[in-house]
Amino acid sequence: MEFSEHIKTANVEDVVLRRPFYQPTKGTLCVTGHHLIFSNRGGDSARPFLLLLRNIDAIEKRPSVSSGTITLKCKDLCVLQLDIPGMEECLNIASSIESLSSLETVSEMYPFFYRPPFLSLQDQWGLSSTEQHYAQMKEIHDGWRVSQVNRDYSVSPSYPPAVIVPHSIDDETLVKAARFRQGGRFPVLCYYHRETGTVIMRSSQPLSGANRKRCREDELLLQAVIDGSELGYIIDTRSSQQAQQARMTGGGFESKSCYRGWKRLHRQLEKGKVLQESLIKLVEACGDQSHSIAMLMMTVWFLCSISCYHVISVVMDGHSVLVHGSEGTDTSLLVSSLAQLILDPDSRTLAGFLGLLEREWVQAGHPFQQRCAHSAYSHVRLRHEAPVFVLLLDCVWQLARQFPLAMGFSEPLLLRLAKEVYASDYGTFLCNSDQERCVTGVKERTHCLFQSLLRANERQHYSNPLYERTELAIWPSIQPPSLQLWKGLFLQWTDDALHLVEAQKVIQNLVSQCHRPLNEKVENTDG
Amino acid sequence: MYHGHNIREGRWFTVVVILNHITEVQLLDRYTAKKPAIGTLYLTATHLIFVETSCNTRKETWIIHHHIATVEKLPLTGTGYPLNISCKNFHVVHFVIPSERYCQDVYHSLLRLSQPAKLEDLFAFLYNPKQDEDDRRNGWGFIDSAMDFKRMGLPNEFWELTDLNKNYELCSTYHSELGIPKTARKDTVLGSAKFRSRGRLPTLSYYHKESNGAICRCSQPLSGISARCLEDEEMLQAISRANPNSTFMYVVDTRPKLNAMANRAAGKGYENADNYSNIRFQFVGIENIHVMRNSLQKLLEVCAMKSPTMSDYLTGLENSGWLRHIKAVMDAGVFLAKAVADEKASVLVHCSDGWDRTAQVCSLASILLDNFYRTIKGLMVLIEKEWISMGHKFTQRCGHVDGDPKEVSPVFTQFLECVWNLMEQYPCGFEYNEKYLLEIHNHVYSCQFGNFIGNCQREREEMLKEKTFSVWPFLWENRQQYINPLYKCSLGREVLRPSTLPLNFKFWCGMYNHFDKGMQPKQSILDHLLTIIQKRVEGEKKMTDFQRVSRYRFV
Repeated sequence: MEFSEHIKTANVEDVVLRRPFYQPTKGTLCVTGHHLIFSNRGGDSARPFLLLLRNIDAIEKRPSVSSGTITLKCKDLCVLQLDIPGMEECLNIASSIESLSSLETVSEMYPFFYRPPFLSLQDQWGLSSTEQHYAQMKEIHDGWRVSQVNRDYSVSPSYPPAVIVPHSIDDETLVKAARFRQGGRFPVLCYYHRETGTVIMRSSQPLSGANRKRCREDELLLQAVIDGSELGYIIDTRSSQQAQQARMTGGGFESKSCYRGWKRLHRQLEKGKVLQESLIKLVEACGDQSHSIAMLMMTVWFLCSISCYHVISVVMDGHSVLVHGSEGTDTSLLVSSLAQLILDPDSRTLAGFLGLLEREWVQAGHPFQQRCAHSAYSHVRLRHEAPVFVLLLDCVWQLARQFPLAMGFSEPLLLRLAKEVYASDYGTFLCNSDQERCVTGVKERTHCLFQSLLRANERQHYSNPLYERTELAIWPSIQPPSLQLWKGLFLQWTDDALHLVEAQKVIQNLVSQCHRPLNEKVENTDG
Repeated sequence: MYHGHNIREGRWFTVVVILNHITEVQLLDRYTAKKPAIGTLYLTATHLIFVETSCNTRKETWIIHHHIATVEKLPLTGTGYPLNISCKNFHVVHFVIPSERYCQDVYHSLLRLSQPAKLEDLFAFLYNPKQDEDDRRNGWGFIDSAMDFKRMGLPNEFWELTDLNKNYELCSTYHSELGIPKTARKDTVLGSAKFRSRGRLPTLSYYHKESNGAICRCSQPLSGISARCLEDEEMLQAISRANPNSTFMYVVDTRPKLNAMANRAAGKGYENADNYSNIRFQFVGIENIHVMRNSLQKLLEVCAMKSPTMSDYLTGLENSGWLRHIKAVMDAGVFLAKAVADEKASVLVHCSDGWDRTAQVCSLASILLDNFYRTIKGLMVLIEKEWISMGHKFTQRCGHVDGDPKEVSPVFTQFLECVWNLMEQYPCGFEYNEKYLLEIHNHVYSCQFGNFIGNCQREREEMLKEKTFSVWPFLWENRQQYINPLYKCSLGREVLRPSTLPLNFKFWCGMYNHFDKGMQPKQSILDHLLTIIQKRVEGEKKMTDFQRVSRYRFV
């Protein structure tokens, strides 16, 4: 299918663009297959304004006799307005935007066309593979191995080809254990804690069903993790009632008698529709003049982020942990990645954090395409949308606010990721699993965001100037007053955010001046 | 005798007389279920000191008696007799004392010592930081609020300073030097003072050079149902005329309209716009001291909740109304600043007596309009000018001495909270940091210095300047700690236009949970920056010293 079929009017002159922080400007609007391009005819050197159509979440049109107004509400929460002369042009533009912004064929998306001069398709796609990650962790080589059992994605369609499992468990056992877990997501290693030798693992729910079926191999797998003497915790991110109900549809939970040495805890985390609706409510409230901060924080969103930390307090108890909810592709990832960030100094560097996201979200099969199809403004009926990844970023921001020196990356990185996950020039967040990425050729025909963020000139922008590595766990306060609204994200299109950005620049200058060699002259701090 | 060393008061506390001491006292942690600290409680004439003996490092908790707001004995528990102390700087401590008699003793001593009957028994009259008399006197001259009029360009063709109040005869609660319009005749001034509650006539608070707009303040007129006063009307005319850029002036009554109307029955009230030519009259609806006191009480109840759920905490915060009141004050300040900067109009502000809400609003507007008040010294001048010299009743509002509890109200705390809110919105806009506000707040209540004792300038003149020290030189000496490293003076005379959307008013954890370290961010950007800057400065100093030495060597 050609994009041109969707484009009834490609160019309109004398369009007025209104957007945050800028005076309304008149210029030419152009619709292409993937972008809206607005250029200011005045001929000043300003580059044309480019908007990825994929970024548009909702479009509202108000045509009148001789002109019309289109309001574009974007997934990055920006709201733009176009005043278009000519009613027909207005309607044409609107309908083009509507159809082009909702195309769902992966191989037609912009990342397949994006070819910047500074990146090459020959570059490695992704930062590291499971094998490379394993090779770096010498301390686990005795007890753990890399299994290729999923090399053709037949054991678990949403897992990567290679996973880390206990040494003593052979592939045959894994295959059988996988049949007992939803989507074949058998327990795999996420994190090994050097000091205590305890681990964090994740999986999906066991398929014990109404008859309380058992699976010897699944039990063996978990027993191999703790050598009899220790106690492990299974954190089920559903309430016990939800877990009971899941049995009726073939799911279930690990019964106490079958898994010796494991204790199951239910710690409910919201997901799916509830989470998506809470984001919608929060964004709505942020634009509302009458909401106080307390009313705003009363939204489910904040309850979600605080409960993440409540869950993690279990993880921090010095025991091995298996986390799962139902599918094991959402809240389990949230818990395992936040816990690693708190425990592991290596995951708090810029590269380490991106590596963590790659392992725990991209490779682990978080269904980005489904979850991020729409954001907070869309009127489309919800299907699989859920801002789990944005919730992760919010939780990381809360952590970084309490430990402003401990993270190697900065707030602009989190904001960039929050934007890229919904609409991107890069292929990293396309598709729902590693398998899909291979089938559609994402790894060959698109560029990798994480690679791009680590290039020298980007790296500086996304590094935290105050970073001082600490080997300690960074355990945040979870008292209600410690939680705050992430203004940088939710109010990023207001003047407030400008002042915060300014402050970040000043910090950067200040630190670089203080760290400059002493014999160089110090310039005015206003720089 | 107790030989203690305290960082803050370190300069003079080498020997403290112990009145009483109790061993094996427990200090409970407010939030966590950690094991209580065990130590010795010392009661001195000025402080309550807890020295922890259960840990290896010597940890001390000092509480100045005047900070204590309430002392409460609770019923016997398994481990002893609980004594709860809440302080005016929001420090809350729970002791458990092993014997009932000791608990009783401490309880009664603290009640007596925290709120003496006479001003002369306050700490400030005892405090002596080993300075000689000249230093002490000079210290009082460190901040001169009258000098600030000079900085604004007074006297000029529109405004002048008058000494009509030099013996405090015109208005006993005002400063002796007042800024008035040049065209106001003496009988106009005298007549206007008679028509204003407690003689608090309209006088200049801030003059904005760029627009010629002025902010003036006064108390409510004694208009009752229908009274009028030609001199007062002339006085407002004169203020209006002093601004050639505007044909009208605003008269802002900071009270809710209902309160102002109720005052009319008592012969007070507000200006009848029909009698005054070219005024635009406006209510802004800030609640009175009693509403504010109760609101703070509710806020503190929320702070005192032990591990509240998110929704309990937020509901409590919302229901306290505290942040709404802060917003109301800020809204009024922003209204004034916009009127002066954007409309180039002058504004006359009052509430009832003109010493609480009026002080809040005028000083806030000054900060918005003028970068000087966003500097360390500028804030001192502002507090001296709008609060101390214009008769904010610190003794009563802070409850320094035993008196009517209904006169106590956190009016000044609210002002500081508004400033903090501005600092949060403009991280590069202020020369000072949060610690500065907290330290000022501490000293408003500590009664260690004379500045915040007394209800007006006249009272202070009579006894304080002779017998106590001024806090300003003390704060100035420690200014390195109060610097905001992000401050950009290039913001210059830019007028601040903060957003006053309700969601911008946050709970001030640094003030109300200051002593609950578990709730503060675990690492501080501010401290980190101050440290690396300090290191840099030291490094550079060494470098230049070294270069100087080597130059001598090689030349």
